[in-house]
Amino acid sequence: MVAQNIFFYAIAAVMVGAALVVVTSRNVVRSALALIVVFGGVAAQFIILAAEFVAVTQVLIYIGAIMVLMLFGIMLTRARIGRDVDATNDHWWAGVLTALLLAGVMGYALVDAWGDDPLPADRQITLDGSNTSAVSDSIFAQYLIPFEVVSVLLLAALVGAIVIARKDR
Amino acid sequence: MDDLLINQFLLLGAILFCIGVYGVIARKNTVLVLMSIELILNAVNINLLTFGALTGDVAGSVFALFIIAVAAAEVGVGLAMVLIIYRNRASVDLDDVDSMRG
Repeated sequence: MVAQNIFFYAIAAVMVGAALVVVTSRNVVRSALALIVVFGGVAAQFIILAAEFVAVTQVLIYIGAIMVLMLFGIMLTRARIGRDVDATNDHWWAGVLTALLLAGVMGYALVDAWGDDPLPADRQITLDGSNTSAVSDSIFAQYLIPFEVVSVLLLAALVGAIVIARKDR
Repeated sequence: MDDLLINQFLLLGAILFCIGVYGVIARKNTVLVLMSIELILNAVNINLLTFGALTGDVAGSVFALFIIAVAAAEVGVGLAMVLIIYRNRASVDLDDVDSMRG
């Protein structure tokens, strides 16, 4: 368990540092690359939480698809790649205030509610020895209707994005 | 320091969430605001999987997957909107999109 703790804190430190780069960097592309580091760290935390199917999906969808979309967005809006821009607006202090207040309230609530409670040592949810089987069994039985609704939502978003962004109107 | 604590993961999620909220409020570039929203969604996913591991219920994983799917849809539509704002105004600064200001 000590090794898991060491890995947790190492990855968490990298994640928080990269997340701060995402929201403070003056270079848009550097923000995007730091966001990839955060997503990779989140996938690693999912592995520590013994949810390997979600971790693999995180790598495929977030790092593989969403970040490519983001980089396309940066490219198509010609946000002066490689050069620094003033990317923070005039009322950033309100953001600092809100974030610190939120962190204080949530931190107090979490420490008050959970304290030093440990996670169960045997926390992998499996079906026939596989986490993927457990997830798929749940999706295609108990959560079948939400799953179908999500596929309709993805189709609607796809069509909507094409209709919004096309040129000939 | 022997066991993994629930609060380790929950506090990590809370910190990422707060950083994301700061980014949404303080960033001027629309694409950067979308990135901050992704940070917030990831923080929520960490929380869902932590509670899934705590209760031994696979529902945490399932809803994390739903959030990932909805995030993909959100980014697609969001970037399409960013593109059309850029095409109409030649700028992606949120401060320039103020035609609804009274």
